[in-house]
Amino acid sequence: MTVQEIQSNQMDRRLLMDRSVPGRKAFTVPGSDVPAQELPDNSLLRDDVDLPEVSQLEVIRYFSNLSQLNFSIDTNFYPLGSCTMKYNPKINDELANLPGLANIHPLQPDETAQGAIRMLKSLQDELGEITGLPGVSLAPLAGAQGEYAGLLVARAYHELNNDSERTVAIIPDSAHGTNPASAAMAGLEVVTVRSDAHGNVDVDNLRELADERTSVFMLTIPSTLGLFEPNILEITKIIHDAGGLVYADGANLNALLGLVKLGDLGVDICHSNLHKTFSTPHGGGGPGSGPVMVSAELAKFLPKPVAIETDNGFELSTPENSIGVINGFHGSFSIAARAYAYIRALGLEGLKSVSENAIIGANYIQAKLRDKYDLAADRYCMHETVLSATRQKKRGVSGLDIAKRLLDFGIHAPTMYFPLIIEEALMVEPTESESKETLDHFIAVMRQIDEEIDASPEQVLEAPHHLPVTRLDEATAARKPVLNWGDAQ
Amino acid sequence: MLAAIGVDSLDDLIGDIPVEHRHPSLNLERGLSEQELTEVFSRIASENASSSNGYISFLGAGAYDHYIPSTVKSILQRGEFVTAYTPYQPEAAQGTLQVGFEFQTAICQLTGMEVANAGMYDGPTAFAEACLMAARITRRTKVGVLNTTDSRLPDTLAAYSRYQGIEIVEIESGATSIPDDLACVGIQSPNFFGVIEDVERLTNLAHDSGALSVVHVNPTALGMFRAPGEFGVDIVTAEGQPLGVPMAFGGPYVGLFACKKSHIRQMPGRIIGRTTDTEGRVGYALTLQTREQHIRRERATSNICTSTQLIGLMVTAYVATLGKQGIKDTANLCYQKAHYAASEINKLDGFSVSSEGTFFHEFVVTCPKNPTAINAELLKQKIIGGLDVTDRSENGMLICVTETSSKDDIDQLVSALSAIGGAA
Repeated sequence: MTVQEIQSNQMDRRLLMDRSVPGRKAFTVPGSDVPAQELPDNSLLRDDVDLPEVSQLEVIRYFSNLSQLNFSIDTNFYPLGSCTMKYNPKINDELANLPGLANIHPLQPDETAQGAIRMLKSLQDELGEITGLPGVSLAPLAGAQGEYAGLLVARAYHELNNDSERTVAIIPDSAHGTNPASAAMAGLEVVTVRSDAHGNVDVDNLRELADERTSVFMLTIPSTLGLFEPNILEITKIIHDAGGLVYADGANLNALLGLVKLGDLGVDICHSNLHKTFSTPHGGGGPGSGPVMVSAELAKFLPKPVAIETDNGFELSTPENSIGVINGFHGSFSIAARAYAYIRALGLEGLKSVSENAIIGANYIQAKLRDKYDLAADRYCMHETVLSATRQKKRGVSGLDIAKRLLDFGIHAPTMYFPLIIEEALMVEPTESESKETLDHFIAVMRQIDEEIDASPEQVLEAPHHLPVTRLDEATAARKPVLNWGDAQ
Repeated sequence: MLAAIGVDSLDDLIGDIPVEHRHPSLNLERGLSEQELTEVFSRIASENASSSNGYISFLGAGAYDHYIPSTVKSILQRGEFVTAYTPYQPEAAQGTLQVGFEFQTAICQLTGMEVANAGMYDGPTAFAEACLMAARITRRTKVGVLNTTDSRLPDTLAAYSRYQGIEIVEIESGATSIPDDLACVGIQSPNFFGVIEDVERLTNLAHDSGALSVVHVNPTALGMFRAPGEFGVDIVTAEGQPLGVPMAFGGPYVGLFACKKSHIRQMPGRIIGRTTDTEGRVGYALTLQTREQHIRRERATSNICTSTQLIGLMVTAYVATLGKQGIKDTANLCYQKAHYAASEINKLDGFSVSSEGTFFHEFVVTCPKNPTAINAELLKQKIIGGLDVTDRSENGMLICVTETSSKDDIDQLVSALSAIGGAA
């Protein structure tokens, strides 16, 4: 057993409340330096909050040991498709945590936050330049909120044009679930456009669907199949001719940096996930940041705030026909700081090499595995490749089993069963961060797993074997929910 | 690698991108070394007024300056937490999942509620989603919001419900009757002005007409004030920032969201459950996922696709570090200092504390002149004054004092206000 296995397999998994011993403390709050004030009426006050009492060492050891039960980019190859699990430079965390950034209040006067607002303005300009969509708001707190904000912009645009009968969002069948969920929140009827046999939008089907009720067409570019839509110019023309707007889901923007600008292709609105393309940490599931970028014509509808430069310096402003606030303050500021640091560190040449290397890495994996695994589409991919374990399925092993078996080799599983239109989908996104040696190791493991299916199928079917837990009973978890320490008693 | 792929150049791989739009010119600066980047950021940071360059601040109104223990910062350094993603492979994410379960536990203990989710974007979006959830549960379309809440709560709700056929109705906090067709009564306590609301009375009023009660709390206040769970509240939301999260100019924060167990299938967001593996060992996994967008698509309870897990980790580490005694002591210290500041300011000519009832963290002072003008004077002495709330209370300044303000800081504010008041 490795040190890591000892750590993770031997860990005492008891919860904090089960470790609690009356009177133990990890922290001392200072005494009061002001004259004692009268407390409110007792009827308003509660007894003690039932929280754990543990020592400081126990706190640190508990969380440190828990961290070792995780796969992460820092410790593992993490080719989780569509999530862009690239290296997150450590300097970015350090810079975002500078006291002059971490300790400023969101409501302090603009004149006392000139550095912060100047930085936001610079990041807006950079994102506008990269996407070719110059109107930028950093307010959305995640990709899904960026989508929703973008859809509100589209609705506001049509309403200002007295065109409020446009209540349909056309969405490809390959889209991520947040697209239809966001459209539903924005009160739009979701109409699905088919993908054709090559994984592209079925242009004839789209032409039938686009009409005077079309508010917006939501397209992920590159698609969730990792493919660049070859008919993009025709598609944006069809939508514009019908009077609709084109929304690009920028989840896969990592494939496009410096290679093409979405605005040049006829896209009107897009969002970008800073936690994907711009390397801000995924944090185990957030915080994200989902800036929304729009054409100059749509900029007046952006959510507030938007950072601007005036004769008096930098200000947080509200656009003329703004859709308003969509959350508490100004967006994920310290995430924006990390993205800004990332872009400044790479510069023009560095950003271009990001997408180039991401695309080459994905195609390399595809080329080296295509004799063993089916491809969702038999053509060059962009930054990710979607494999289909249909051949393996016929031999008795599913995509899920392969994903679980990869974990035994210290490799995080690809995204499974997505997009929904591909059987046994395994979506692999290596990112530009990984070396050829890492990609070769992944390829070798994938080939070995394919051989195990015939030689020792239980190795795959019962995987993982070397992790802190084996497969979990998720059905019982949902049927009889135990959701906190109290439930578990 | 190009040879292995069987192409000569990158352009052979991106043939689907229209050639006339390929390789556009980009107006971006050259790349920077780590050292140069640090200089750029040092300059940015120095252009902001904060405690690190000698400013003291009395701003609250939804974001609060609290001491963050070293343990929280240390735990947050662990790349295994920071650079993992959503635990779709639970076998390889037991750390993230168990922390999330601890987070849900801490939120339930603090609020006195039966279930909590793993986190929302922030407080206002949690409140907005709670009101939409109440509308789904009651099948009613009118949402009542008290007139004493932070305007960011109804404003965010308006943005979330604009196309849901939801009408937002303002309710007086002293109301003795409410419309009989409300989905919920949305209450903030302490309210925007720092005052503890009569949550019990308002909850009963809501229930009497078949409405739910949605209460947005300040989690620090829960260290001393009765928990909403004691009053039969249906849904509790909060801004999690006060629990160990830097103010960071507004984010990222985490929204806290708890409810009665009977409502769980209408709850938005990620939920972590406890279960067992094939060998009978305890483990954790995402659960009740059929509510969510990746399964239900346009019929999901929300489009949310995150639990803001890393900020949830900060909250969990903060609560674990402070523990039973520290949470209580912190709340008490905030209470003592805010009340000391209020009593001193109330003695000044021209200034009077206008918050009525018991307040926590912050209070409204009616000033002798426009609060923004006063703040400009204060700023010359490196004091960032309270928020100008004159739009809601004439010449009102919302002053916040937490445990991070020393008596000296408070006295400095009081004497500065005294000088300004004398000149007015």
